[in-house]
Amino acid sequence: MSHHIIDIDDLYYSYPDGNQVLKGISFRITHGEKVALVGANGAGKSTLLLQFNGCLLPEAGRVRIGEMPVTKKTLKHVRRTVGLIFQDPDDQLFMPMVYDDVAFGPLNLGLTPEEVDRQVMQALAAVGAVHLKDRPPYHLSGGEKRAVAIAAVLSLAPAILVMDEPSSNLDPKTRRQLIDLLKTFEHSLIIATHDLDLVLDLCPRTLVLKEGRIAADGPTRMIMQDEELLASCNLEKPLRLQGCPVCHPV
Amino acid sequence: MGTIENSLYNIGYLETLSYQATPIHRLDPRVKLLTTMVFIVAVVSFPKYAVGSLIPFILYPVALIALGNVPVGYLGKKILIAAPFAVFIGIFNPLLDRQVMVHLGPLAISGGWVSFASIMLRFVLTVSAALILIAVTGFHQVCAALERLGMPRVFALQLLFLYRYLFVLGGEAARMVRARALRSFDGRGLGFGTYGSLLGHLLLRTLDRAQRLHLAMLSRGFDGEIRLLRPLRLHGRDVGFFLGWTGLFVLLRLYNISQWWGTWVMGLVK
Repeated sequence: MSHHIIDIDDLYYSYPDGNQVLKGISFRITHGEKVALVGANGAGKSTLLLQFNGCLLPEAGRVRIGEMPVTKKTLKHVRRTVGLIFQDPDDQLFMPMVYDDVAFGPLNLGLTPEEVDRQVMQALAAVGAVHLKDRPPYHLSGGEKRAVAIAAVLSLAPAILVMDEPSSNLDPKTRRQLIDLLKTFEHSLIIATHDLDLVLDLCPRTLVLKEGRIAADGPTRMIMQDEELLASCNLEKPLRLQGCPVCHPV
Repeated sequence: MGTIENSLYNIGYLETLSYQATPIHRLDPRVKLLTTMVFIVAVVSFPKYAVGSLIPFILYPVALIALGNVPVGYLGKKILIAAPFAVFIGIFNPLLDRQVMVHLGPLAISGGWVSFASIMLRFVLTVSAALILIAVTGFHQVCAALERLGMPRVFALQLLFLYRYLFVLGGEAARMVRARALRSFDGRGLGFGTYGSLLGHLLLRTLDRAQRLHLAMLSRGFDGEIRLLRPLRLHGRDVGFFLGWTGLFVLLRLYNISQWWGTWVMGLVK
């Protein structure tokens, strides 16, 4: 169970153009924790997510997934442990058919065809997308694409799920279904998002990122009440915590 | 701006046709691919003035259209779009080759017109066969078949990705063109200058997307090889389809059935 832990220690990262995005980040996420990563546009959220499975390697500092440092040698193991779900499903669904796409990861792991099939069908069932398996991804709706993109990662049976803006571009009902789905997951979950109401629903803990540093790390309910902090990070109190415009018109 | 979306929709429609479940759709893609190739080679290999002997080949597209439930009108439009190319290839033949070859009653037809007719007939036959192949097989299945038949994997993958991202790229281009048109008035802003920067942006976006895509593939254990879990198996009906049709094509290529048919009918009339 120890590989459900993410341990980040004094992490620095700059893009090749010299733009330093992460400036000394440290935190630890333990088994089964659901954590939100919030912050302004350009605060470094997406860059940080790419560090979790070694898509980017740190310039200084260390990323550890369950006591195993993320290095070139451990990439295969790390990527099996950490499932990364991209913001734009079109980036993630590249195979001709939904089934092939969900099978892509398991096949790369070298599982037998029977095992692959079982994993794929389980993953599709978990997101309620079994009926889509013989459709090409570009004919799906936004919500369907999102569900399939999640299945494509679930089929690897990761211990930790990392999601970039999972609720973007979804209609309210589909968004609600996604939240309900994520509630059923027992994985450690890290969600980078601007949807603070989703954070209230899903994540007991919140990390606030500001200009490449951790501005706050604590219980979601406390952070969401701290209007000063939120304002300084280009955020706003979740709508649900704001006054009702009908009962208390401003 | 509608044209980009329309053509995308049209290509997508060709793909949706391939989801049907007719006996033709159920055939192994390799068999359909090979049969189509033999068909095209047979049609193209006729001598310059062949017209009559080509006509029986129409049987193949007609049979596939009927059994594979391919809409004729749609197919006809697609063929018409490509028709100008064939017309330009053949249009000078009647001018250059004025030797009279055939007399139809009082009408004298020159060799140029005959070869022009032959070119057009071949064009319709081969293009319709290729379109029908996609409509009853699906593009990705054709790619899979090509790969199984020995095409280098890299090319098969390129084709697959090209097809997959054609829709994404096309959609992006269509949105950009629309955004430009909405802010261009009296033709101002529609010039080549903005066109260049629009294309440049599209290229940059594509590079970005390619990078993200590659990351997404790496995140799921990509190691340079794409594995597909869809075993292709040849059944008796596949072999039958292939042998039956190719046998017929060879027969039609070697013997001029139309001529026999004609003489036989004339014999009956006499």
